[in-house]
Amino acid sequence: MKKIIELADAVALIPDGAVLMIGGFMGVGTPPRLIDELVRQGKRGLTVIANDTALPGIGIGKLIAAKAVARVIASHIGLNPETQRQMIAGETEVELVPQGTLAERVRAAGFGLGGVLTPTGVGTVVEEGKQTVEVDGKTFLLEKPLKADFALINAKRADYYGNLEYALTARNFNPLMAMAAETVIVEAEDIVPIGVIPPDAVATPNVLVDYIVAKERRHG
Amino acid sequence: MDEKTLIAKRVALELADGNLVNLGIGLPTLVARYIPAGRHVFFQSENGIIGMSGPIVGAENPDLTDAGGNPISALPGAASFDSAMSFGLIRGGHLDVTVLGGLQVDEEGRLANWMVPGKMVPGMGGAMDLVSGAKRVIVAMQHVAKGESKIVKRCTLPLTSVRRVDLVVTDLAVIEPTDKGLVLKETAPGVTVEQVLAATACELIVPADVPAMPL
Repeated sequence: MKKIIELADAVALIPDGAVLMIGGFMGVGTPPRLIDELVRQGKRGLTVIANDTALPGIGIGKLIAAKAVARVIASHIGLNPETQRQMIAGETEVELVPQGTLAERVRAAGFGLGGVLTPTGVGTVVEEGKQTVEVDGKTFLLEKPLKADFALINAKRADYYGNLEYALTARNFNPLMAMAAETVIVEAEDIVPIGVIPPDAVATPNVLVDYIVAKERRHG
Repeated sequence: MDEKTLIAKRVALELADGNLVNLGIGLPTLVARYIPAGRHVFFQSENGIIGMSGPIVGAENPDLTDAGGNPISALPGAASFDSAMSFGLIRGGHLDVTVLGGLQVDEEGRLANWMVPGKMVPGMGGAMDLVSGAKRVIVAMQHVAKGESKIVKRCTLPLTSVRRVDLVVTDLAVIEPTDKGLVLKETAPGVTVEQVLAATACELIVPADVPAMPL
């Protein structure tokens, strides 16, 4: 099972200043042990592409509090006052992107598209500095693909090949991000033998996954 | 009945049987409580589910929350999906109604609801996609906040979308933005047309007959 890697070794692959995509929505579907290990290893200057920065003490909120993040690309930071404080103090750069546009920019990168045309944001501050394109009389914004060095993915189950199954609303950005990064690291709740996840339930095919973080050893 | 309940009850009357509906965080979430009997409405949460309901206390699933991160439950017949699908539903014209809170609505029916420069910059989340893409946009908000009307001639706050919203429901009135301007459709129980006009910072078109909200 060459994809299985110890937690500390997985996070050691990530250099300071790396661009990370991190799955999750308000911490739900964010890989908790990978986040804790990034903090423990004292990473600095990271760019985080994610839906939000969760709450203080939860998910990406821990990276923000640890001052590990130099730049955030997200749709919402409103429930994390520390992200807002760092943004206003000029400590962390924040680019706000409409949520559907964020999903499509990540998808575009992973699907090999040059960008997407969306009506979202036309005539608002989101349009500033962007190309508009008219198609059959309707105006769209050209939104460019978003790529990352690493995607940190949280799955319900991974099999030994790296096929992934997600749970309910913990799915969110995970399958999109698993296609849009150079290196894909997965933290799964369970790691199961090949064949246990039925083909119809695989949302991320194994070829996209580089590493699966070894399970925590617990006894008693 | 408090103001928020009144707004939520009035908005609930707008939702038809079989509608796919997205409720924003805060006041709009109250709408789900007041769906008229006999109507089945499908609620979407943009973090990736259709068919949500309140949580089963003691059996909350950490992988199952609404867009505010609060625990929910999935009703029989629910479907979950990723964020691209979720916003495809929203942007692609598959969402019948979105109900959002508002900071300002102007004479052209344009909504500002995502930031106050220099004060509050939470991010737009899904609001810009929802207002751009939903078949029907309903704004649910207080008519006046901190002594200032939220219905204004021109939004001074950054716009959420240039799309004209379809209906504005406040604690004082129901207002329909049209290409001619804002039309006063209903007043809240016990509220006069004059009171609505006094609480509004722009022109309203007042038809001969303005009924009370049918609550």
